[in-house]
Amino acid sequence: MSDCRREWNREDELPVYLAGPIAGPKQRKSYGMFSSVEGAFDSKTIDFDNYAVGRKGSRTPRSSSRERVLDTEESNGKTPDNAQEAPLSNAQVEHEEGDSATGITAATTQNRLLGEGEKLLIKGGRVVNDDQSMFADVYIEDGVIKQVGENLTVPEDVKVIEANGRMVIPGGIDVNTCFMKPFLDTYPVDDFLQGTKAALSGGTTMIIDHVMPQPDESLLAAFERWQEAADKKACCDYSLHVDIPQWNETVKDELELLVQDKGVNSFQVYMAYKDVYQMTDSQLYQAFSFLKKLGAVVLVHAENGDLIAQEQNKILGMGITGPEGHPLSRPEEVEAEAVFRAITLGNRVNCPVYITKVMSKSAADTITQARRKGSVVFGEPLTAGLATDGSHYWSKNWAKAAAYVTSPPLSPDPTTPDHLNTLLACGDLQVVGSAHCAYSLAQKAIGKENFTLIPEGTNGVEERMGFVWDKAVAFGKMDENQFVAVTSTNAAKIFNLYPRKGRITVGSDADIVIWDPNRIKTIMAKQQQSASEYNIFEGLECRGGPALVLCQGRVVCEDGIIEAQQGTGRFIPRKPFPDLAYQRIKFRNQVNNTQGVARGMYDGPVYEVPLTPKYMTPAPSAKTSPTTNQPPPVRNLHQSNFSLSGAQADDYIPRRSGHRIVAPPGGRSNISNLG
Amino acid sequence: MAERRENRDIADEHDLPVYLARPGTADQVPRQKYGGLFSSVRDAFDGKSIDFDALSVGQSTPRSARRETGRGARSPASDSCWSSPGVERRAERVAVEKRAERSLEAALERSMETRSRRDKETLQYLEQTSERLLIKGGRIVNDDQSFHADIYMEDGHIKQIGDNLIVPGGVKTVEANGKMVIPGGIDIHTHLQMPYRGTATVDDFGQGTKAALAGGTTMIVDHVIPEPGCSLVEAFDQWRQWADDKSCCDYSLHVDITHWNDSVQQEVDALIKEKGVNSFQVYMAYKDYYQMTNSELYEVFTFLAERGGIAQVHAENGEIIAEEQARMLQMGITGPEGHVLSRPEELEAEAVFRAVTIASQTNCPLYVTRVMSKSAADIISLARKKGNVVFGEPIAASLGTDGTHYWSKNWAKAASFVTSPPLSPDPTTPDYLHTLLSSGDLSVTGSAHCTFSVAQKAIGKDDFTQIPEGVNGVEERMALIWDKAVTTGKMDENMFVAVTSTNAAKILNLYPRKGRIAVGSDADLVIWDTDAVRTVTAKTHNSAAEYNIFEGLELRGAPQVVVCQGKIVLEDGNLHTSSGVGRFIPCSPYPDFAYKRIKARKQLAVLKAVPRGMYDGPVSEYSLSRGGTPSASARSSPTKQPVRNLHHSGFTLSGPSIPEDLPIRPAGRRITVPPGGRSNITSLS
Repeated sequence: MSDCRREWNREDELPVYLAGPIAGPKQRKSYGMFSSVEGAFDSKTIDFDNYAVGRKGSRTPRSSSRERVLDTEESNGKTPDNAQEAPLSNAQVEHEEGDSATGITAATTQNRLLGEGEKLLIKGGRVVNDDQSMFADVYIEDGVIKQVGENLTVPEDVKVIEANGRMVIPGGIDVNTCFMKPFLDTYPVDDFLQGTKAALSGGTTMIIDHVMPQPDESLLAAFERWQEAADKKACCDYSLHVDIPQWNETVKDELELLVQDKGVNSFQVYMAYKDVYQMTDSQLYQAFSFLKKLGAVVLVHAENGDLIAQEQNKILGMGITGPEGHPLSRPEEVEAEAVFRAITLGNRVNCPVYITKVMSKSAADTITQARRKGSVVFGEPLTAGLATDGSHYWSKNWAKAAAYVTSPPLSPDPTTPDHLNTLLACGDLQVVGSAHCAYSLAQKAIGKENFTLIPEGTNGVEERMGFVWDKAVAFGKMDENQFVAVTSTNAAKIFNLYPRKGRITVGSDADIVIWDPNRIKTIMAKQQQSASEYNIFEGLECRGGPALVLCQGRVVCEDGIIEAQQGTGRFIPRKPFPDLAYQRIKFRNQVNNTQGVARGMYDGPVYEVPLTPKYMTPAPSAKTSPTTNQPPPVRNLHQSNFSLSGAQADDYIPRRSGHRIVAPPGGRSNISNLG
Repeated sequence: MAERRENRDIADEHDLPVYLARPGTADQVPRQKYGGLFSSVRDAFDGKSIDFDALSVGQSTPRSARRETGRGARSPASDSCWSSPGVERRAERVAVEKRAERSLEAALERSMETRSRRDKETLQYLEQTSERLLIKGGRIVNDDQSFHADIYMEDGHIKQIGDNLIVPGGVKTVEANGKMVIPGGIDIHTHLQMPYRGTATVDDFGQGTKAALAGGTTMIVDHVIPEPGCSLVEAFDQWRQWADDKSCCDYSLHVDITHWNDSVQQEVDALIKEKGVNSFQVYMAYKDYYQMTNSELYEVFTFLAERGGIAQVHAENGEIIAEEQARMLQMGITGPEGHVLSRPEELEAEAVFRAVTIASQTNCPLYVTRVMSKSAADIISLARKKGNVVFGEPIAASLGTDGTHYWSKNWAKAASFVTSPPLSPDPTTPDYLHTLLSSGDLSVTGSAHCTFSVAQKAIGKDDFTQIPEGVNGVEERMALIWDKAVTTGKMDENMFVAVTSTNAAKILNLYPRKGRIAVGSDADLVIWDTDAVRTVTAKTHNSAAEYNIFEGLELRGAPQVVVCQGKIVLEDGNLHTSSGVGRFIPCSPYPDFAYKRIKARKQLAVLKAVPRGMYDGPVSEYSLSRGGTPSASARSSPTKQPVRNLHHSGFTLSGPSIPEDLPIRPAGRRITVPPGGRSNITSLS
């Protein structure tokens, strides 16, 4: 029975008389969460666009990513028409140019990469989304999931992958990478190619990178620079956050353009890096207000830069120049303080706040408490914070100690990773990023005599999913659905990519990972995809890892062998006003309309203030010179008359104007009916 | 101090007969039997001779500048300053140190001498010092215990405590009839006679201290607010002058640091060392005026921690307030409700959190003035739970009323509640603050008494940001806490004494001179009538303001008799105060209450670098033009890299001094890689 139903699934094949009604959502009697087994037909056709209330055109981005290339007039060779083939040719070109590091397995991929028509069936897996797990097959065509269910009818030439009962999860989304973050003219060794390859090998199929404009560079220019680099090199889909290095009027215009035309809906502001990126509270307030209007998510790097600058001076002055000075000068209280301040600002402005890089217990606790009070705040711990701690800063080996330098620093408290994993499991922290920013040892050594010059960043994009599994799921803190939520779904929701990304359902992108919970891997720098010489997790055993990674419907990683294609990554534009962040905000906006009290004019005596500018340095003997503060009676009478003449608008209000206080101007009126 | 004590001890020994001079003779021990805190009833003699100096371990110079009154008798008199309390103390110590064979006459003689010497110094106190007073039948309530005992006062000091005291004839006797006798209140936060834009608060030091005494408060601590850019010492002297002229009770001064630079730093140093100020307030609010940046706060706190001062903060985020104020005015809200709308309590909590962080970074004791909201109080109590040295001061207004009045239709009434941080509109706040006060999470209470007339408040009738900020409370403070906390069973009477008086004295380093009823303490005390009921109203209050924010509140508990400097100033509802008798009480730095922990932590918190070998691997080329536009292709220009890099590593090798004996990567096993290339260090773990 289900067989014949399935025939009708494609509307064009349906008899005319059936075409309309069955396709409509009303026909589906048993769709929904629990229909996975019986009515396989239904689960194949969940049309989430219908459910996404108010999310206008959430599917448009799919095509626009290619159009954008034309818009920005940077299409060097790419045409929007044969979008799927363009990356291939690109890859080949680059390969021929002889960059030996890049074209890994061009020969094999050519066979595999049938471009448009690749059809894949994942059989016998357990599909795990953030809300439920179910046994189902997944059929993929053209990089999009076409059917989910049992006993699917698929074309003949389909390639079948046997999942053998293993978990099939949405590909991970790493919300925080820095593949191009410049530091004193040097760039991380992991660029978009190397970085996304590492991501894919760890089961992450999308990254969101931080565009970090130099303090006097235009945001747009930086954004385009990043996009260009990523389009050339990225092996998986990507999107971009833009960091706001300073706040002024021109930035506002650029932000508007970025949100409306460029598909950026998240911007990072800094509370640290004094005199470089740091913003004052007033600027933060203005930035928050403005970004809220645009519907963007505010990312905050939360550390108190003023205090850090002071502490750094103090610690350098004490003769501590090694990497241990880094955590000593950035104690976790300083992080917690800034988190608290950022949340306060967010509450005042009524704007969602996303704290990047939650590294310490106290910062995480601050977020937890704020959420308990109802603040719209999200917290993002990092791979490094979840899997290791800051005791390594005291390593006798300089190179090792320096490898851990990142900001905020890893907490020296060894119980921190456990605490963060617990909060992640219970939902107080929402997403896991990696802040992958790998500098080579030589680059780190720039700061060999001064810890403040050590470039900040650790690896983690490759190990991210594995460690969340190892530290949280394998320990029984977290279930597999929450695992999917924190590694993928929540990120997609917060940044408005859901359900295109972050879910295995009909119509979603075919970014899928077959997860093997029993795979045990020892992390070693020798075996990693990243180009850096070290790995901060060196020697740690990690249980759980991807057995197979599908990106854009193609197998890119199987049993640790990467077959990624340089340049296949597409830029995924994101719409503003993500529901997860902004729904509550919208309602609060309506509720929080403050109003003034309608009251009668005050008509009593008014002390005459000497007309000195408010904040001029007054003479210390202001009191002894009575000439300046003369209360001229004439003036005063005039004023109170004036106020009465204008007060007709609210005459109906019962007020005390009838029983006017008669007192000599400047004298004291004895108002006794105040209670 | 310690040396001086020893000197005195030596002097004592000379006075003693030789055969008794040996210290610690065993046969004196039995006399100790009833000594100590619980001896009040049976043996009156012992009760009279509690020597709290001996009990307070490590308390440095608590009574140092005892007689250093406000009349400028400062440095030249310092020697005699030492001797006068010293003699009394010697008399007291005799009992404890078991040299009691010394004749009573000798001690009396000496104290007579002392008195005459003292009279020479401070002639104007002659009449007052000869006053003698006996309070009979009271129950003495200190912060640690309550007991029944009589109190005999002479010369403005408590001379004897106990039953059946031997007192000279002709002593004025007050019958307490079993009522509580408590140490006079200390209002640790007032703004009397504060200048404001060419005018001043209506309660000057005369009026304000009169109101204080009427409420059972016998000492106030006022804030000196120098204009930004002006000298702190000049402002301090100005305040001293105003207060000396008019004050009816003893006073002390906090100095507010309204700007920060090197000269201010020197002045702060001078104020601590020479002027007897140990607490300084900084502002996190009032943008572009008093507000300090985080860096400045850090520097101030560091400096105060070095010098033994207490850092007080006005905790509100001034920057956000400025933005919110602009927003409110733009929305057309100009009335007093705009004040509270633009200063929501989370901004207070945020600033408290930040101040706690900075204080803990600098290891400086923190004192948060004016805790007005639940969330700010919570932050303080959390910080205390984490071990931070933080004190919170709720004020009478936040303990007695709430911020709903800002929405009053009567502008004058609404404006009279304007203070910063504002009263919380949450009506459960007072109750909550009382609970934290009872549990000890908040330490002291002030009033922030700062009264403006309605005409002065009306400066801001069209713009709430112009309304002068301040509320009354110095008179109602004690009764309010009694009524809201003690009669409701939240707090016991000893805690009541602690939060109204003792803790303040400890923070100011005036304990046990103030804040305790004990032999040798100042004769500032109050007979507290727990059953009296009074209704607060502006008609009868002692402040000069036309309004009272507690108008109509019925308060149970009131002072029946107030004794200040050994003289009765309130009896039978009649107030007899005299302006100008108030003395400036200098506070010494490093109060034990705050600094004992700080000192211990300072020793622990020594940071050490990790001794490790020099890094001798490759170093990437960089330019130090941080912030400049980096050339995007910095990595692709390898031209000058090799030379420079070799030079670098050669340089570092020539310098290493320690690495030989350390178990690091041996220098011999140097990683050889082409400069700029990737070195594959596998020995990282």
